[in-house]
Amino acid sequence: MNADRIKEKSFEEAISRLEKIITELEQGEQTLEDNLKLFEEGIALARHCRSKLDEAQGKVEILLGIKEGIPQTEDFQPHGEEEV
Amino acid sequence: MPKIFTVTQLTSYLKGLVESDPILRQVWVQGEISNFTLHSSGHMYFTVKDDQARLRCVMFRTENRRLKFQPADGLAVIVGGRIGIYPKNGEYQLYVEQMEPAGVGSLYLAYEELKKRLAGEGLFDPDCKKAIPGFPRKIGIITSPTGAAVRDIIRIVRRRCPVVDLLVIPAQVQGEAAPRSLCEALRLAGSVPGLDLLIIGRGGGSIEELWTFNDEEVVRAVASCPLPVISAVGHETDFTITDLAADLRAPTPSGAAEMAVPELRELRRRLLLMEERLRSAALQMLERKRNLLEFMEKHPVLREPHRWLDERRQRVDEIWDGLVRTVQSRLEKARAALERNLAALDALSPLATLRRGYSICRKKVDGRIVREAGEVSPGEKVRVLLSRGELVCTVEEAEKGEKTR
Repeated sequence: MNADRIKEKSFEEAISRLEKIITELEQGEQTLEDNLKLFEEGIALARHCRSKLDEAQGKVEILLGIKEGIPQTEDFQPHGEEEV
Repeated sequence: MPKIFTVTQLTSYLKGLVESDPILRQVWVQGEISNFTLHSSGHMYFTVKDDQARLRCVMFRTENRRLKFQPADGLAVIVGGRIGIYPKNGEYQLYVEQMEPAGVGSLYLAYEELKKRLAGEGLFDPDCKKAIPGFPRKIGIITSPTGAAVRDIIRIVRRRCPVVDLLVIPAQVQGEAAPRSLCEALRLAGSVPGLDLLIIGRGGGSIEELWTFNDEEVVRAVASCPLPVISAVGHETDFTITDLAADLRAPTPSGAAEMAVPELRELRRRLLLMEERLRSAALQMLERKRNLLEFMEKHPVLREPHRWLDERRQRVDEIWDGLVRTVQSRLEKARAALERNLAALDALSPLATLRRGYSICRKKVDGRIVREAGEVSPGEKVRVLLSRGELVCTVEEAEKGEKTR
């Protein structure tokens, strides 16, 4: 399992893989080497999940139209929610 | 003498007549509300009239609690219930059980018809429902950009899960152009890359305002949308056909926002817990391996390798000696057997027979052994082999006789 493949995982995929790894480690039936590999993967997954949760605040945009397949958007501020 | 009734008797008779009439027991009447009063008890008293007649009506609290609109003077309604007589004032009246705005009655029928037809096509089958992602990256919101719904959804998504991207896909949500506008927004949403969930809806409104979401084209567009759709139309009590076609129905736009995104705090807590478990599982695993190592280190082989080796050396010597002994005794046995065999072989040898005094006679010409007298002729030379040496003889006479036993 290399790092690139972990980065492609959605949060849910990563969480469910992490869950599996923990269960395997808790059963501890693999060799030391396999266990260490699992642990490393688990750490990478947890870090990946954390980065998903710590991402910058998402954007709020409004769709103006789609021009030649590319969505045209601009920032959106709902009425009555002006920034203070 | 004609029978004379008391007022009570006559009223009671009329009441019996009216209230046992099958038509009057369940009757629908259309007209306009007037003299509407809401009593402090919660019961409603009003008149339903047309240009030539009026009908007194009462709607008790238990029934009027379910009304989805506020009755008022001048409103055209269809009321349903039973006709009864109230003896106290000698008036007949309609005990209203159901009341709908008059325009809505026909809408309601159309709603039921469309629902039935689309259900028949399998548009609402649970098998067709797409899964709502647990943690969407980008959500499309199809609604009016100026309504309360969009504001509520954005506020709640922001509070619960600020990392999610939101894209408002503006659409008209009421009026004649609304169905087409909603269908177009759904179509656009399908071609925006990265969207993984849609919320379609609007805030509360009158039944006519919400009616757009019972439009056949809108319902079909929602059902066939490639993205998972959460519907959020009006209030909790408003059920539209779009709700049935959507993959998930939210009671309100705020509810849709709550269903659409997980609470980040909760996810953080869950992740923290998992990291803790991962760490302790790894530690436990290492602990187990260490224990195994310690166990092995205590083994004599590793604790005192020399002693172990000495023992093994001695054992090798023992085995070597045993091996040598075995080989030697086998060799001796083989030698003895060989000697016995040689003796037996010797006893069988023709030389031994010669030693006992026998001789072998052979023709000189070709060395063939002579077994019968007839095989040689007088004058022929033979060689007679003795135990030691050989005689060359000439045959004088051949006396043929019986075969010697």
